[in-house]
Amino acid sequence: MVGKDCVAIACDLRLGMQALTVSNNFPKIFNYAPSTYLGLTGLATDVATVSDLLRYKVNMYRLREERNIAPQTLANLVSSTLYEKRFGPFFVSPVLGGINQTTGKPFICGFDSIGCIDFAKDFIVSGTASEQLFGTCEGLWEPDLSPEDLFETISQALLSAVDRDALSGWGAQVYIIEKDKVTQRLLKGRQD
Amino acid sequence: MDVLLGITGKDFVIVAASKAAMRGPTVLKADDDKTRQLNKSTIMAFTGEAGDTVQFAEYIQANIQLYTMRNDTELGPAAVANFVRGELARSLRSRNPYTVNLLLGGMDPISNKPSLYWVDYLASLAQVPYAAHGYAQYYCLSTLDKHHHPDISLEQGLKILEMCTDELKRRLPIDFKGVLVKVVTKDGVEILDYDNDKIVKSA
Repeated sequence: MVGKDCVAIACDLRLGMQALTVSNNFPKIFNYAPSTYLGLTGLATDVATVSDLLRYKVNMYRLREERNIAPQTLANLVSSTLYEKRFGPFFVSPVLGGINQTTGKPFICGFDSIGCIDFAKDFIVSGTASEQLFGTCEGLWEPDLSPEDLFETISQALLSAVDRDALSGWGAQVYIIEKDKVTQRLLKGRQD
Repeated sequence: MDVLLGITGKDFVIVAASKAAMRGPTVLKADDDKTRQLNKSTIMAFTGEAGDTVQFAEYIQANIQLYTMRNDTELGPAAVANFVRGELARSLRSRNPYTVNLLLGGMDPISNKPSLYWVDYLASLAQVPYAAHGYAQYYCLSTLDKHHHPDISLEQGLKILEMCTDELKRRLPIDFKGVLVKVVTKDGVEILDYDNDKIVKSA
């Protein structure tokens, strides 16, 4: 979700096999640069494989370029990494959120499992509760939210959505990204 | 119908695996060991396709031991778990993948903190306080949800394990021939004397 000079990204914490919950502490958001985060929903094994693969690629980029990767660059890296597996894809649909340190502008985008980028200036949703998330985000989001208001908006949008989805929830993690400050918060949420 | 159970506590990890080796409806063996010790303070329990299981477990065991010899250090449980996941994930997208479900129990050699990792044949990895594989998940996780605490003692852990095995004996249609119980503490891995002959009245 985009706010005024800030971005928020949030995920639930459930790991399950169909209706069976295996773990309620499985974060799906990964950090790739000081103000760049990527959320991965989908098949748990591919969440781990893709996040590890991108960590390797981003580390190599940082060593080669001697600078942090920009959100826009990471978006293209994610896209090409996923499209490499066009005919045997990773079953993930990533969401990227960050602030470009050169321009100071917020940037968010989403992807499908084969790397088609979905740019947005308001919000991106993904996962089993995406239909519910479209509804709650459409209803709660407004332009130019302050970091505090953005935290409240994204948290309420996520918690309301996952309560209407049997396969999501069991706690949540929220990151509020500002130009030179990131706040991570853990929402306990419903555990039933 | 193989049973795999893992429980962590204050200063230990219990790993229990059913002793029956089954092939279809036939019990071929009643004292099977579905675990391998990877290094001084890590063990792995496995179920899955016959053949794949032991092959994969011993491949992992050999490579962990090779690492220990080359570098003169023990890999911690987190490192072992991520190595195992990597190997299983690589195999998943190969021509014929290993169909193996795993539990990894270990004590960190430096911090002496116990940890348990749940890994399935798709190479999904999760660190958990307690875990089960196969049908045992449906019968045991609710019992563990209710009775488990992170700082339980070994005695309390074994009491919870007994509640789990009692429930399995009561509800599983095929006898799994009891469980082999191994426990990891700071002193290493040990086989526990576990009473499998207790008769449980059916519901």
